[in-house]
Amino acid sequence: MAGGRRKKQHFSRIHAFSCGKASFKGEHSLIGGPGFSRVVYCNDPYGFEASLRNYAGNYVRSTKYTLATFFPKSLFEQFRRAANFYFLICAILSFTPLSPYTPISNVLPLVVVIGATMGKEVIEDWRRKKQDNEINNRKVLVHQGDGVFEHTKWMDLKVGDIVKVEKDEFFPADLILLSSSYEEAICYVETTNLDGETNLKLKQALEATSTVHEESSFQDFKAVIRCEDPNANLYSFVGSLELREEQHPLSPQQLLLRDSKLRNTDYIYGAVIFTGHDTKVIQNSTEPPSKRSKIERRMDKIVYFLFAVLVVLSIIGSIFFGIATREDLQNGRMTRWYLRPDDTTIYYDPNGAAFAAILQFLTALMLYSYLIPISLYVSIEIVKVLQSIFINQDLHMYYEEADKPARARTSNLNEELGQVDTILSDKTGTLTCNSMEFIKCSVAGRSYGHGITEVERAMAWRKGSPLNEPMASRGDRELWPQEVTEVERQAEQFKEEKPSVKGFNFVDERMMNGNWRNEPRPDVIQKFLRLLAICHTAIPEVDEETGKILYEAESPDEAAFVVAARELGFEFYERTQTSISLYELDPVSGEKVQRSYKLLNILEFSSSRKRMSVILRNEEGKLLLLCKGADSVMFERLAKNGQEFAQETKEHIDEYADAGLRTLVLAYRELDEEEYVEFNEKFTEAKNVVSADREEVIEEVAEKIEKDLILLGATAVEDKLQNGVPECIDKLAQAGIKIWVLTGDKMETAINIGFACSLLRQGMKQIVINSETPEAKAWDKAEDKSAAAVAFKASVLQQIVDGKQLLSSSNANSEAVALIVDGKSLTYALEDDVKEIFLELAIGCASVICCRSSPKQKALVTRLVKTKTGSTTLAIGDGANDVGMLQEADIGVGISGVEGMQAVMSSDIAIAQFRFLERLLLVHGHWCYRRISSMICYFFYKNIAFGFTIFFYEIYASFSGQAVYNDWFLSLYNVFFTSLPVIALGVFDQDVSSRFCLKFPLLYQEGVQNVLFSWRRILGWSFNGVLSATIIFFFCIQAMEHQAFRKGGEVVGLEILGATMYTCVVWVVNCQMALSITYFTYIQHIFIWGGIIFWYLFLMAYGAMDPDISTTAYQVFVEACAPAGMYWLLTLLVLISSLVPYFAYSAIQMRFFPLYHQMIQWIRSDGHSDDPEYCHMVRQRSLRHTTVGYTARFVAKSKSSKKGAQDPR
Amino acid sequence: MEINTNGATTSSAAVGGGGGDSRFTQQELPACKPIVTPGLVITTFTIIGIIFIPMGLVSLSASEHVPKLMKSPVFIYYQLDSFYQNHRRYVKSRSDKQLRNKAAENETTTCDPEGRSQPDRAPIVPCGLIAWTLFNDTYGFSVRQKKIQVNKRNIAWDSDKGHKFGSNVFPKNFQTGGLIGGAQLDSSIPLSEQEDLIVWMRTAALPNFRKLYGRIEEDLQPNEEITVVIQNNYNTYSFGGRKELVLSTTSWIGGKNDFLGIAYITVGGLCLFFAVSFILLYVIKPRPLGDPSYLSWNKSPSGHPN
Repeated sequence: MAGGRRKKQHFSRIHAFSCGKASFKGEHSLIGGPGFSRVVYCNDPYGFEASLRNYAGNYVRSTKYTLATFFPKSLFEQFRRAANFYFLICAILSFTPLSPYTPISNVLPLVVVIGATMGKEVIEDWRRKKQDNEINNRKVLVHQGDGVFEHTKWMDLKVGDIVKVEKDEFFPADLILLSSSYEEAICYVETTNLDGETNLKLKQALEATSTVHEESSFQDFKAVIRCEDPNANLYSFVGSLELREEQHPLSPQQLLLRDSKLRNTDYIYGAVIFTGHDTKVIQNSTEPPSKRSKIERRMDKIVYFLFAVLVVLSIIGSIFFGIATREDLQNGRMTRWYLRPDDTTIYYDPNGAAFAAILQFLTALMLYSYLIPISLYVSIEIVKVLQSIFINQDLHMYYEEADKPARARTSNLNEELGQVDTILSDKTGTLTCNSMEFIKCSVAGRSYGHGITEVERAMAWRKGSPLNEPMASRGDRELWPQEVTEVERQAEQFKEEKPSVKGFNFVDERMMNGNWRNEPRPDVIQKFLRLLAICHTAIPEVDEETGKILYEAESPDEAAFVVAARELGFEFYERTQTSISLYELDPVSGEKVQRSYKLLNILEFSSSRKRMSVILRNEEGKLLLLCKGADSVMFERLAKNGQEFAQETKEHIDEYADAGLRTLVLAYRELDEEEYVEFNEKFTEAKNVVSADREEVIEEVAEKIEKDLILLGATAVEDKLQNGVPECIDKLAQAGIKIWVLTGDKMETAINIGFACSLLRQGMKQIVINSETPEAKAWDKAEDKSAAAVAFKASVLQQIVDGKQLLSSSNANSEAVALIVDGKSLTYALEDDVKEIFLELAIGCASVICCRSSPKQKALVTRLVKTKTGSTTLAIGDGANDVGMLQEADIGVGISGVEGMQAVMSSDIAIAQFRFLERLLLVHGHWCYRRISSMICYFFYKNIAFGFTIFFYEIYASFSGQAVYNDWFLSLYNVFFTSLPVIALGVFDQDVSSRFCLKFPLLYQEGVQNVLFSWRRILGWSFNGVLSATIIFFFCIQAMEHQAFRKGGEVVGLEILGATMYTCVVWVVNCQMALSITYFTYIQHIFIWGGIIFWYLFLMAYGAMDPDISTTAYQVFVEACAPAGMYWLLTLLVLISSLVPYFAYSAIQMRFFPLYHQMIQWIRSDGHSDDPEYCHMVRQRSLRHTTVGYTARFVAKSKSSKKGAQDPR
Repeated sequence: MEINTNGATTSSAAVGGGGGDSRFTQQELPACKPIVTPGLVITTFTIIGIIFIPMGLVSLSASEHVPKLMKSPVFIYYQLDSFYQNHRRYVKSRSDKQLRNKAAENETTTCDPEGRSQPDRAPIVPCGLIAWTLFNDTYGFSVRQKKIQVNKRNIAWDSDKGHKFGSNVFPKNFQTGGLIGGAQLDSSIPLSEQEDLIVWMRTAALPNFRKLYGRIEEDLQPNEEITVVIQNNYNTYSFGGRKELVLSTTSWIGGKNDFLGIAYITVGGLCLFFAVSFILLYVIKPRPLGDPSYLSWNKSPSGHPN
């Protein structure tokens, strides 16, 4: 590509605030010293000197393991778990004579379990490896010498290579920008992947290198860069470039970071300085915080509890064993002579009974290890992975327009989704689409635009419509009030006529098609529209195919303005270094004329200034200052003679804000030459200040000129609500989930959105904690900042206390209260001594809205709720500013929307639309919670039932450690005979179908209140386990003691008792499973009944093996058990007796203390589901009345109307 | 960005699945969803009761106690109490390999201290504590001065005789040490035919156990006096155990054991009782099941009364 197409633009002037020249000062003197030792020989990566340095390659590895480290590392990970470590110790001990069983039978299950987990790790790592390969094999143009550039894989890049990156490509490594397609050697960079900011950043190369901009000229380009060592700081860089024996300072301005993208620039040339893991972005990547669910944490406690039981049982056993052993020799005379206590080993030595008891303790620890479910962790992991596959594949959470399914990025929080108590939601991009539409404006005191906003629609619902059916579909027009339908109809008509334009939803025939010229004040309208077309920082881009002009803007509302200006006749088409060019509609001739304005200065927008201005000279030579900004700062800057329409405009702004729109005030001012010259001097000086308070100085200068403005009007932009948001919020509120909105937006907008999505409603008391009070402003201006802070804090505290009083009085009347806090007040409310009382207030309120909150505050609020209430929090957001909140919350849900991937990357679960949250929580969350908690309870049940039969047997075996079961029966219990049904339970079980989950949202409270995993329930299941074990063991020994086992007269030996008891255990635990679930698909049937059949098959196959292998199980089934009537009779008796207690209990519970899901099951099975009244009864009677949302709104409304009917006035 | 593309591929897979899979992936498989309704409860309990009580009666009748004719075969058992044949040291003290295979007669490591004969360290066959403590009381039966033949053949499990005890393995150095534990074995008879040993070596599960001594293959009349001559060799005094001699016949469910019958009747009766109580409960308190006033969280004060 030749350099001839280089554009001649001077953009550094646009970005007045960001472009500064680096000079050799301060830090640059450190170069060459420690921490600044890197030397890069540009264009000579293979030279002798470069090879001495031996910097890492550009290969990036994100995998957890390599081939070499896999085994040690993953084994270490595995055995860090207490349970696994215990089993490892058991496995090692099983090779000693202490072992009650053969080593192999003990090692095998451990190997299976560890193997399965490691297999999972391998698969996960393999995926990462594939991703790595994809990245590492991307191609980039690299200089191969002699001015030839060739495509080379990213991973083959070396420090010192010269690369050419083309438009919309990612940078392969950290580069120093040498030159670009622009003459100024600037380029635009999108850093969404790094910081989530969507606006483009400007980078500029050194002048010294900017001339090298053709491929051939790199033939003999040689330079040496000395710079800092790799570090994680994205925003600082210190280095120098030596070119032709001259030193040039390098700053972040020349640094292009890996993973950012080249935009709006045809190509750049850069020198590679950091590669692979040395790059800033990879240095910066931190491990996401690992989250564990509450259930898992409680599960750990239960495992420890079981450990305690295990130790207690072992101690009891070893004490009895010690006593029995000591008594084997009494005064030199053997009692149990058949054990030969006179000639024994230390394990049974009556003379060292205490030591023998201690050794026996170890044996017992191993023997009773079946109390601890070895396969619990791995089963849960398998189950969770399968559960997340179901979440990922749910078509109801698949967003077709963007081809985005839900994605559970971490599977270990599935069940936490069923326990969410508080949702903390971002607003922009989450509740709203982040697509801004220019919808209304007020010019010269007249309001234009007929568009209906979502909020107005919601308001219409609230005010006028009969609302018989609160959940009626929106398309049901008959319910709409007349005027709404009328306007809507007009709007529809208009839309049919003209294809819709993104960002533009303005309907008003008075303004469209140049009709504004006939309005009373066309001059003001002209200025208004011109201001919209000029006062911004957007960059036009001509679509080469259609010839249409697209705009690249920092924020969507800015784009909406430029688009609106274009649609109304002021098309901005070119921005050059010093000018802005428009096609304007001339009000007199009605022709399109081209006009360009000389751009002198841009006073950029900042959150503290809340406004931006441009200064320009028009074609007539007049100096103009155009300014747009928030009403709060603009009205006070108006000139006395500029307030002609102030009153009307203010009214309109209030109206717009009520309708949920974002408003900006537009004003202008004519400058005289002297004033401008003076300003420009000061401004240039301020720009060149190199100190921390540069921004402040610039602001101060800018403030002086942005005054005496003349008001033109105001704009209103709609921040569109996402599809289905109000319905979703209503459902979540009905489920008893609290919803807090944390937004960076201003209070009015936030309140409006609150209304739109039914978080606020008329008649709801609002507690507003605000820092925008008059006194507060006075404090703000005060000199003494610390005194101001104290006063602020006192005021905030006072407001909180007042709020609490209001809250308690409202609670008495069962009125709902909403809390609205702004960011500044939040700063004080979150201080340690205030936050508790603040939280108390917030929890009491039906809805909470925090506006103007910074990302850090969002995270702090989340932490406060999480730690202080102990309830589960879910944060949902889409932007980089939500990352902190997402990571802090128990569950972070990212919206994979338009604002880049940052939020999704740090989320636990990603969904495409806010409304999918309803299904994610109410259906999947509830199911997963139920599944995992039932699964864990059942796990403990089955292991306790099994473990206790072993223990009971020890009572009859002198606690000697002889196991009643064959070694392989023992070891395969957890792995084979009982594992699959419990996994099926964890993956497939449903208490009620998804339809009913959504129909009865209150069902969700089972998770929030943790009904299904309460200690009572866990202990209940444990008790059931002990009960089953008791029945199995004592029934078996009672029935089989002494007597002949069958007609042939043979009696029962150890092996027959073992096989029979084991059969009973397998039957009982599997049938207990069948009894406790209420959802049988063929999978459950196969696993449960298959598990039992498999046991018989195993017993036959194992019994048929050579006696050396099968030992005590040799032919035990075929020869002894199967032909004996006793065996079958006993199995049936034990099975029924063990299940009767649970069955009776569940019958009583279902009848007299039903849980909510049981009621719904009842409704379903009894055919009541089609009986709306009955369903309504169950649903309504369980509704809480302070909730927010549609339904609550409807209830509140009907109550007040009833009241009105009762006392006629 | 990579993640993004990844997501797209999963989605296409998810959507592409379709068809028969979709009911599975959407978790809408046809399912049977039983719930515990009063009808089900009452029916289940009644059925269990109705089945179990007759079964119990049948089991009981199979092990009746009334003195009556003892039809041949009459099994002779010896019973030992408080004898821990299931002690781990005892159970492990044998060598299965040695018992099966003549070539493996040196495998006595698990048998100590009865693995090798004392002076010359020659392997003992059969080794180990179990064999060493072989029961050695003998019984002679006579009715009206007429001796009754006791058949001691086929008292062990066939699988033991056929596979676990070798027909070419003969006792060796058995009971030659200083301490004599129990019975001697005829070293000319292979182990597979030493049925007393085989029975003894199938260790009992519990400390009170019976073992088959032999069979009387003639009927014993009711109230007939049987004279038993017992050679009391076996030492149970040291550990305070008891010895008993039991004559018993068997039926289809094995020996005479009331437990199964009684348990069946008890469980069956209990179920009938439950069935009746549930019927009464449902009649007395016909509360509709779906009454949400029992909801635990509705009782919490956070909800406002209305």
